[in-house]
Amino acid sequence: MTINQSGWKPTSPEAKDGEVPATFTGNRALMLEEKLIFEIGDDKTTGVDFAEGDVAGSRLGDLSRKDPIGLPGLSEPETVRHYTRLSRQNYAIDLGLFPLGSCTMKHNPRLNEKMARLPGFSDVHPLAPVDTVQGALEVIHQLAHWLVTLTGMTSVAMSPKAGAHGELCGILAIKAALEKRGEGHRKVILVPESAHGTNPATAAFAGFSVEDIPATADGRVDTAALKARLGPDVAGVMITNPNTCGLFERDLKDISDAVHAAGGYVYCDGANFNAIVGRVRPGDLGVDAMHINLHKTFSTPHGGGGPGSGPVVFSEALTPFAPLPFVEKTGEGFRLVEEENADDHHADSFGRMVAFHGQMGMFTRALTYILSHGADGLRQVAEDAVLNANYVLRSLENTLDAPFAKSGPCMHEAIFSDEGLAEGFSTIDVAKALIDEGFHPMTMYFPLVVHGAMLVEPTETESKAALDQFIGALRSVAERAKAGDASLKTAPHFAPRARLDETLAARKPVLVWKDKAA
Amino acid sequence: MERMRYLPLTSSDRAEMLSVIGAGSVDDLFVDVPESARLSGPIAGLPDHASELAVERHMTALARKNTVAGDVPFFLGCGAYRHHVPASVDHLIQRGEFLTAYTPYQPEIAQGTLQMLFEFQTQVARLLGTDVANASMYDGSTACWEAIGMARRITKKSKAILSSGLHPHYVSVAKTMAKYTGDTLETGTPVLTAETDIDQMIAAIDGDTSCVVVQYPDILGRIADLTPLAEACHAKKALLIAVVTEPVALGAIRAPGEMDADIVVGEGQSLGVGLQFGGPYVGLMGCKDKYIRQMPGRFCGETVDADGKRGFVLTLSTREQHIRREKATSNICTNSGLCALAFSIHMTLLGEAGLRRMAGINHANACRAADRLAKVPGVKLVNDVFFNEFTLDLGREARPIVRTLAERGVLAGVSLGRLYPGEDALANGLVVAVTETVTAEDIETLAKALAEVLGEVLA
Amino acid sequence: MSRYFTEDHEWIDVDGDVGTVGISDYAQGALGDIVFVDVPEEGRELSKGDEAAVVESVKAASDVYAPVSGTVVEGNAQLADEPALVNSDPEGEGWFFKITLSDASELDGLMDETAYAAFVAKL
Repeated sequence: MTINQSGWKPTSPEAKDGEVPATFTGNRALMLEEKLIFEIGDDKTTGVDFAEGDVAGSRLGDLSRKDPIGLPGLSEPETVRHYTRLSRQNYAIDLGLFPLGSCTMKHNPRLNEKMARLPGFSDVHPLAPVDTVQGALEVIHQLAHWLVTLTGMTSVAMSPKAGAHGELCGILAIKAALEKRGEGHRKVILVPESAHGTNPATAAFAGFSVEDIPATADGRVDTAALKARLGPDVAGVMITNPNTCGLFERDLKDISDAVHAAGGYVYCDGANFNAIVGRVRPGDLGVDAMHINLHKTFSTPHGGGGPGSGPVVFSEALTPFAPLPFVEKTGEGFRLVEEENADDHHADSFGRMVAFHGQMGMFTRALTYILSHGADGLRQVAEDAVLNANYVLRSLENTLDAPFAKSGPCMHEAIFSDEGLAEGFSTIDVAKALIDEGFHPMTMYFPLVVHGAMLVEPTETESKAALDQFIGALRSVAERAKAGDASLKTAPHFAPRARLDETLAARKPVLVWKDKAA
Repeated sequence: MERMRYLPLTSSDRAEMLSVIGAGSVDDLFVDVPESARLSGPIAGLPDHASELAVERHMTALARKNTVAGDVPFFLGCGAYRHHVPASVDHLIQRGEFLTAYTPYQPEIAQGTLQMLFEFQTQVARLLGTDVANASMYDGSTACWEAIGMARRITKKSKAILSSGLHPHYVSVAKTMAKYTGDTLETGTPVLTAETDIDQMIAAIDGDTSCVVVQYPDILGRIADLTPLAEACHAKKALLIAVVTEPVALGAIRAPGEMDADIVVGEGQSLGVGLQFGGPYVGLMGCKDKYIRQMPGRFCGETVDADGKRGFVLTLSTREQHIRREKATSNICTNSGLCALAFSIHMTLLGEAGLRRMAGINHANACRAADRLAKVPGVKLVNDVFFNEFTLDLGREARPIVRTLAERGVLAGVSLGRLYPGEDALANGLVVAVTETVTAEDIETLAKALAEVLGEVLA
Repeated sequence: MSRYFTEDHEWIDVDGDVGTVGISDYAQGALGDIVFVDVPEEGRELSKGDEAAVVESVKAASDVYAPVSGTVVEGNAQLADEPALVNSDPEGEGWFFKITLSDASELDGLMDETAYAAFVAKL
C-alpha cells in the first residue's frame, strides 16, 4: 500500500476550553470590522474611469475651487467590500422578524424594485415635456385611484415626501379651509396623549396650539373629554386609528360627527392603515384627511430611514384646498395641474410642498405591490396582520403584563409593559436581550401612555413558525428579566457592538470625521 | 384565496392560531369596528391579485409610454441632472441589510447604516464647505425651507430675502410654508442677463432681515462670488443661506461654506440617485458648528461601546419631534437614508480625483455646447460664466420650440416659460444642462434641430 | 444669603437683589445624565414661571422656569462645555443663571430647604 498523507485533514471538533482568543485584526470570522473611508481612502484614488483627454474651457469666472476638498476615493473592489462589510452589521427584514410597533416592517417584494428601475420610470426627468411622460403620469393617476378607493375618500395629494410631511399637508389643508370660511381664529388642535410626536410637532408648525386629550383605562381616546373640549376655538382633532396602543378607536365616527357639528375637521394619522386596509374605509368614519405611509402599508422599503412617501387622502370638504401639483385625466391623456393652470378649477389650493411631483420611485413600487395583491389580497393583508398580532398577544399575555389585553382583540400590534419585571429591570433590557436571540427589538417606551411600553407589530408577512420562534424567545427573555438575570443588563453580547455610550455622543458631539493625526 | 405569494400563513395555520386566540373567526378580531363601517368583502370595482408576470407586463407597458432620457439627446436640468451612476452603486443599495433596515434606533445592530451616515455627513460637510452636515433631508426644496425656518430661530427675525435666481419650485415651497409661520419673503423673478442679483440683495438687507437665500449656480446657471453677500448679511446680523441644486459643480467651483455662508443646503440627486421623475431625492444640509442645536433632522455621532470600541449612534435627538413634540425644530421624522447611501457610495467611488475630473468634463462639455448653440442663427448665450448649465435667449418663445424638438426626439432643455408661466420677459429663455452623459453628436443634433425649428418658425 | 425652592425643582439663592438659579439635586437625579443646557442670555426679561432654560438628557428635554421675575444678568457659560456639572454639583457650580429680582415678595411663595426636603420626600 501507499500511505498518502497529503491533502487536508478532516476537522474533528474538540470541546472548547476557556477563553475565546483575541484576533490580530479584531475581526471575528464573518464579523468583519471596517474602518471609515477617511482612514482607508485617499484623494488620488478613484473607482470611476472617465474619458481621457484635456478638459478645455473655463467659464467659471474666478471661482475655480483650488483648495483640497478632502474627499477620499476607493477603487471599485474596495468600495464594494467597504459597503458590503458595513451592510453586514445591520439587522434587516431580510434577515428576520422585525416587530417594530407602528413601523410595519413587512417583507419588501423584489418585483417592486425591479419595476421602479425600468428606464421608463427611473430615467425620466421631472420637467420633461408632458407629452413625453404620459406613462409616469398614468402611474400616479392609477395609484391615486387605488388610494382614494381603498380609503373611501374624494381625492388624494400625492406629493408629500413622508408621513410627517403628509401630516403637514393635511393640517395645512384644514388651516386653508378654516381661513376660507373666515374662521382663522380656530387655533386649537386636539391630540390624544398616545399620539406619535409628529402630530403635535406638525400642528405647532402650522401655528396651532396643541391640547392633549386623555386616554381611557382601556387604551382609547376619552370620547367624553374630547367632546367636552369642542368649541368655537377648536380647528380639529388628530387621531390615529388604529391607535398607537394597537386598538381600533370604536368611537371615531361619533367623534367625527361631533367635531364636524362643532365646526372642526378630523385628521386621521394613517400610520396604522395596514391593520384595516380592505376591511374598513376611513371615509366611512367621517375622516377629512389622512396620510398613508407607502413605506408601511404598501411596502416600499424603509431603506435604513427613508425615503418615505406620504400621500394624503381628502374628504370632499377639504379637496379644494389640496396642494399642487396633481395629475388629471383629460380626453387625450394626462396633464399636470400646477401653479400655471390651477386657477381654472383649483384656485383654493394651499400651494406647493415640494419641488416636482413627489416620490415617483415610491409610487411605482407601491402600485406594483397593490396590483400584486389586488382587492382580495389587500384585505387578506389586514386580516393576517391582525391575526398575527393577536396570536402574539394571547401567547404572551400570561408572561408579560399586557395592559389592554382585557380591552378585547388588538389590531395589528400588541402592547406589553415592564410591569412585573424584577427590580431594576426595564424594557430596554428585554429589548437588548432579544437582539442576542436574533430578533430586532420591538418599539420601546412608546406610546408614552404605557409605562415601559413594548409595542410588537409582527405584520402579515411572518409565518406561524417565525412567530412561534419569536414568542418563545420573548417568553424566555421575559422570564429571565422577571428572575433578575444580571446578564440582561449587559446585553447584547453577540451583536457587532455592545451597548453604546449615548451620553458621551450627546455631550461632546462628533458629527464629522476629523483626522486626529493632523 | 388560499395563499398569495407574499402571505405565508396557510388556512390550517389560521385555524390553529384562531383557536389559541380563542376567536371563532377573523371577523371576531374586528369586532371593535362599528358594523356600519365593516366591509363584507373585497372592495368592488378593483381587480383581484395578479401574478408577477401579469404585474410586470402592466408596469412595463406604462414605462414604455415615457421617453427615456438615455435614449435621446438630453439636455434637461433645472434642479435635476442626469449623470452616469456606476453599476456598483445600485447593487450595493439593494443589499437587503441596507434596503430593508429601519432607522438605526438600535445602534448595536445598525452600525452599517450609522457608519455610512457618519461618512455621508463628513462628505457633505466637506463638499459644501460647512463645519457639520446632517443625515439628510427629503430633498433640496424642503431643505431650503427648513434653512429659512432655522434662520428665523437663530436670528429671532422673520424677513427672508430670496434671490430671483432661486429655483421657482423652491420659492413656491417657501411661500406655502411662510403663509403659516408668519415669515415674510421678498422674492422676484430673474432677468435674462449675465449678471446675478447679488448687488440688489445686498442693497435690500436691513435690520429685520433674518436671511438671504441664494442659489449657486442659480436657476439660469450663473455663478457669482458669495463673499460680499455673506459680509453684507453678517453686518446686519442676518444669515446667508446658499442653495446648491447641482452638487457636482462643487468639484469645480468654490464651496459656499468657504465663502462664509452660514447654512448650505442642496439637492443631492446628481450623485447616485438618478432622475426618477422627481423623487425620491436627497436633501443636503450643512451649517456652522454654532448652529447645530437649531438644525432639523437626524444627526449621527461617534461614540464608544461598553467594550471601548468605536461605534456610532443617532444623537442630539432632543431637537426632534419624537422628544420635543410641539417644541421640536421641525416635524421632520425620516431622512432620505437609502438615497443618502447612494450619494455616499457614488462619492466614495469618485473620490476627490474623480469628482474633480467629472466636474471638469461637465464644464468642458457645457462650454462646447454653449459655443456651438450660440452659433445657431437667432440664438444668444445669456451667461458669461456657468458650470454645466446655461441659458439661451432664442429670440422667440422657447416653450413651443421645446415641444417641437421633443416630437423630433430631442429633449432640448427646460424653457423658462415652463418654470415662469406668464412672465413674458422670460418666455424666450431656454436653460440647457450638459453633463458627462452628453456626447459631441448629441450637441450637434441639438444645434441642427434647433436651427431647423427656428428656421421654420422664421420662414 | 438664603436659598428657596420651587415645586418645579428650581432653587434660587438670593444675595441682595440678585438671585442665582439652578435645579435641585433631586431633579438632576431624576433626569439622569445631563448632556446639554441652554441658559438664557444676559438682558432677557423674565416673568415668574416663564420658560427660562432648557436642560437635556439623552432622551428628554425639560424646561426650567423662572422662580421669580426679573432681568437675567448672567448665564453660566461653563455649562456649555461641561453640562455634567449639573449632575456633579447641581446646587453649586452647576447653577444656570443669575437674575435681578424685580419683586422680592415673589419669594414668599417658595419653600425653604426643609420644606422642599419634605416636599420631595412625598414624591
